[in-house]
Formats: sequence, C-alpha cells, structure tokens
Amino acid sequence: MYSRGKEKTWKFFVMFCGLLMIALPIAIGVFLAIKGNALFYHYHHTLWEFLFTTTWKLKDDLTGGGQGGAAVFIVGSLIVCGLALLIAVPFSLAAAIFMTEIAPKTGNRILRPAVEIFVGIPSVVYGWIGMTVLVPALQSLFHLKTGRSVLAGGIVLAIMIFPSITTVAADAIRAVPVSARMAAYGLGATRWQVIHQIVMPAAKTSVLTGVILGLARAFGEALAVAMVIGKTPAFPKGIFGQTATMTTVIASRMAELMEGSEAKAGLWTIAFVLYLISLLFIFLIHLIAAKGAKKES
Amino acid sequence: MSENSKFTARNLNLYYGDFHALKNINFEIEANKITALIGPSGCGKSTFLKTLNRMNDFVEGCKIEGDVLLDGKDIYKTDMSAIELRQRVGMVFQQPNPFPKSIYENVAYGPRIRGIKKKSELDEIVETSLREVGIWDEFKDRLHKSALGLSGGQQQRLCIARTVAVHPEVVLMDEPTSALDPISTMKIEDLAVEMKKKYTIVIVTHNMQQANRISDTTAFFLLGELIETGATKDLFLNPKNKKTEEYITGRFG
Ligand SMILES: Nc1ncnc2c1ncn2[C@@H]1O[C@H](COP(=O)(O)OP(=O)(O)OP(=O)(O)O)[C@@H](O)[C@H]1O
Ligand SMILES: [Mg+2]
Repeated sequence: MYSRGKEKTWKFFVMFCGLLMIALPIAIGVFLAIKGNALFYHYHHTLWEFLFTTTWKLKDDLTGGGQGGAAVFIVGSLIVCGLALLIAVPFSLAAAIFMTEIAPKTGNRILRPAVEIFVGIPSVVYGWIGMTVLVPALQSLFHLKTGRSVLAGGIVLAIMIFPSITTVAADAIRAVPVSARMAAYGLGATRWQVIHQIVMPAAKTSVLTGVILGLARAFGEALAVAMVIGKTPAFPKGIFGQTATMTTVIASRMAELMEGSEAKAGLWTIAFVLYLISLLFIFLIHLIAAKGAKKES
Repeated sequence: MSENSKFTARNLNLYYGDFHALKNINFEIEANKITALIGPSGCGKSTFLKTLNRMNDFVEGCKIEGDVLLDGKDIYKTDMSAIELRQRVGMVFQQPNPFPKSIYENVAYGPRIRGIKKKSELDEIVETSLREVGIWDEFKDRLHKSALGLSGGQQQRLCIARTVAVHPEVVLMDEPTSALDPISTMKIEDLAVEMKKKYTIVIVTHNMQQANRISDTTAFFLLGELIETGATKDLFLNPKNKKTEEYITGRFG
C-alpha cells in the first residue's frame, strides 16, 4: 500500500544516494591529495623534480632522501595510451560505420551483441591472452629479444578500448536523424558522401566523447598493460622498447612498500595525478558537449 | 505519350514485401506544370512520389514492376544511376530537414557534391538560389548561422533553395506545408507557382484548397489505385468518379 512514511523513506534513500555520488569522488580526491602531498610537504621533493626528472628511487622508509622523478611513467602512459588510441580509433570508426550504415541488419543482430560481450571481458583476461599470444607473436615476427613492449601494451589497450569506442560511435551515428540522410540522398549524394559529409560531422561530438572515454579507460588500465609491457623504468627505445606507466608502477609496487614511507608517498602522488587526469577528461567531455550544443543553436 | 510529358508511369506496380501499395498506375506528368497528388492517408501518394526519384530504393523489400519514364527513358532500367536521377529530380520533404550546418553550407551542399569547389562560384549559386525562393534579403546577413535556428517555414524555404541550387528539372514535394503555419504555407504556395516556369512540380497534399489553388493537374489516389486524373478545375468541378466526388466534398467514409 501507498503510504506517506514509505514515500519519505524513499525520498531520503534517493537523496542519500545522490549525495553519496557527489561526496564519494570528492572524498577520494581529497584523500589522494593529502596522501600524495606527503611527497612534497613531508619529504621535501619539488613538483619540478616529480614532473620533469627521470630517476625514481624513493626510499622505503620514513627518513626519505631518495629521488622522485616520475617523468618516465607519465610519458610512458602518454605514449602507450596515444598508441592505443591511434590503433583503436580507425578500427572503431570503421566498425561503427559498418554496423550502422553498411550492414545495419547484421550489425544489430550479430556485431552489436558481439561488441558488447567484448566490453564485459575483465582486463586480466586481455592481459593474459596478450602475454601468451601477442608477446610471443611480436617476438618472432620482429625478431625481438622479448615481445614485451610499448607496442604490445598499445595493442592490448587498443583491443580493450575498441568495443567501448565502437559502441558509443555506433550509437552516435544511429542518432543522426534519417531525415538528414534522406535530404542528402535526395540531392544525389552517394552513400559514401552521406556518411562522410553528413552523418559523421553530425555525430562528431558524441564520437569524440566516446574516444575520450576510451582514452580515460586506457589511462586507468594497469593490470593488462603491466602484463605485456615489461617493467623497465626508463623511456622506451622506440615502440619495441619497454617502459613503465603510471598505473603499472602503482600496481607492481603498492603491495610491497611500507605505509607512510617516502616511496609509498610517491605512489600516492602518482595516483593523485591519475585522478587529476580523469578530471581533465571529464572536463573535456563537457567542454566538447557544450561546444556542440552551442553550434546547433 | 504526349509531347509535353516529363514523367510517364506505365503499368506501375509497387510492393512492400507482400503488400501491394501501387496498383497498375498509368499516369503522365506534364512538364512545367504543377501536378497535385491527393487522396486519403495511406493511399500511396508518397510511395508514388518516391518512385519518381527512386527514394524507394532505401526501403527493404520494396519491389517495382512496370515502367517509369523520365523524358522517355526508363529510370529503373536504363543505365542512369539513382544518383544521377536524383540530381535531375529533387525532393522537398514533409518535415523541413536542413542539415545541421550553416544556411550557406545547406545551399552549397548540392553544388559541392557535384564538384564545384570555387568559393566565388558557390557564393553566386547560394545567392541566386536564395533569391529564387525569395529569402535572400531575409538571410543574407546570417548566411553562416546554423540553419537549425530558423523557424519551420524558413527552414522549408531553405530546403527548397537547397533543392533548386542544383538546377533539377523536377521538384517533388511531399506535403511541404503540412508542418507550417498559414502564412508560411501561402509563401510556399506562391513560390511553387513561380517555380513552375522553370521546373516540373509534383506535390502531395492533404489540403483540397491547396491543390485547387496551385495545381494544373490533380490525381486522386485511393488504396493504391489511381482513380482519376484531370485538369484541376475539371476534377474539382465535375469529378467523373463517384469516389473522387465523395473525397473532394469531404463526404468520404
Ligand atoms: N516502408 C514501408 N514498408 C511497408 N509498407 C509501407 C512502407 N511505406 C508505406 N507503406 C504502406 O504503403 C501504403 C501507402 O503509404 P504512403 O506513405 O505512400 O501513403 P500516403 O498516401 O503518402 O499517406 P499519407 O497521406 O498518410 O502520407 C500504406 O498502407 C503504408 O502503410
Ligand atoms: Mg505520405
């Protein structure tokens, strides 16, 4: 039965969840900021050293005095994610166009569910398959000492973000009104012209959002990358070289370090940077959406 | 086939899957005239209109039998491609459907896909096309603003300008004023009358007065059949078929 008391309880519950959704990310941010700041306040490293120097040798004790240059990890993340994006975006766009414009029937019945299954596969599975299939394959294909490399990381990440970019892009393409396509066909446009000049420009904003979401996922992925990229904390020597990224260094070191130590503080700082980067991505998505909306009116 | 006929449909049958949507249509559409297609909802007016520029190609399971001739050439069986055909036979839709681009880009789109790239040439086409539909003065100061910000009536006239920018021979209009207010409707009617000097116009309408006001020939469709065609004045004054009479006098069941 309907009752006032019940309604009040629900209202309270919904409000509580809403507040939690706002409070939780802020709390995490504050927590990371405090933890990460120890590197600068407590252990007296400079932001300059952290961002622009390359030796990461922090001491796992409370006295400190090590070196805290995270440039390798920051650049490593940028390179691996950039490479992943470079590989994934063309394939994603082609797949999205194929399943919406070229073969919408097969697209909806087979490709779409297939791609959605992809999204759900846990990253450890990707990493494992990358390790057992991709790494040896790269090794023999390019005659390398080891296939563990920036390229392997980029490919694994590309495969991981491909489905989410494809799904978002396909939805964006589907959302372009049929009437706009018909208008172009009515003027004698070919299918390719319609896709390339009418559909894609109209879907651009949403597609870009999908790409940034993919990039955000790539930035945050640790496990799969760590499994195929090696552990060398140095700038990679080309795409066959090894390096480390922000997430891989956290994942590989966090368990062994002492809480409160200089080295642990350094990892927290890296985590905080990752948090800031994800904020940046969100900000970018909103900026693009706002720009897109402004253009429409 | 008469001297002056632009389109000729001969024994035209159209099926959507098993559904027989056009039944043995024989019809001539005269050049530089306005031909109105009337009839109750679902009788096949839009379907017939779309056979004239092959927009039915996009409908899955659509099958066409018989001949549709444009200037004596079968548009389905000759080597004329649908792309080429649609460059000659333009279309204005029921809902105004400008591209989400600027006014300028909307009008320039057709010429652009025909390979015109020079800015001065495009500028000129945009101006003449907008002048032709009488909206140059209204739009000349905001050519680079989005077309989506225009009113429905303005959008529809822009869509007509976009259609004429590629110099078609025929302009098909599917209920072009059904989404518009009376003043915009009047403007488009006047425009259609003005346009027939240059183009052959085929217009679908639910509005008897509109058909009566602007068209030269009227064709009455019912359940996929072409019941009666004739000079508009005759058809409205003394319809030969009882069903036509019932329909135009509003006594239709
Ligand atoms: N894509 C399609 N698939 C199947 N049947 C269709 C399709 N399009 C139209 N029809 C059917 O064909 C018949 C004619 O449709 P059409 O759209 O030509 O009617 P109309 O005379 O234009 O009607 P209205 O005045 O409502 O626009 C209708 O019975 C309709 O249901
Ligand atoms: Mg219709």
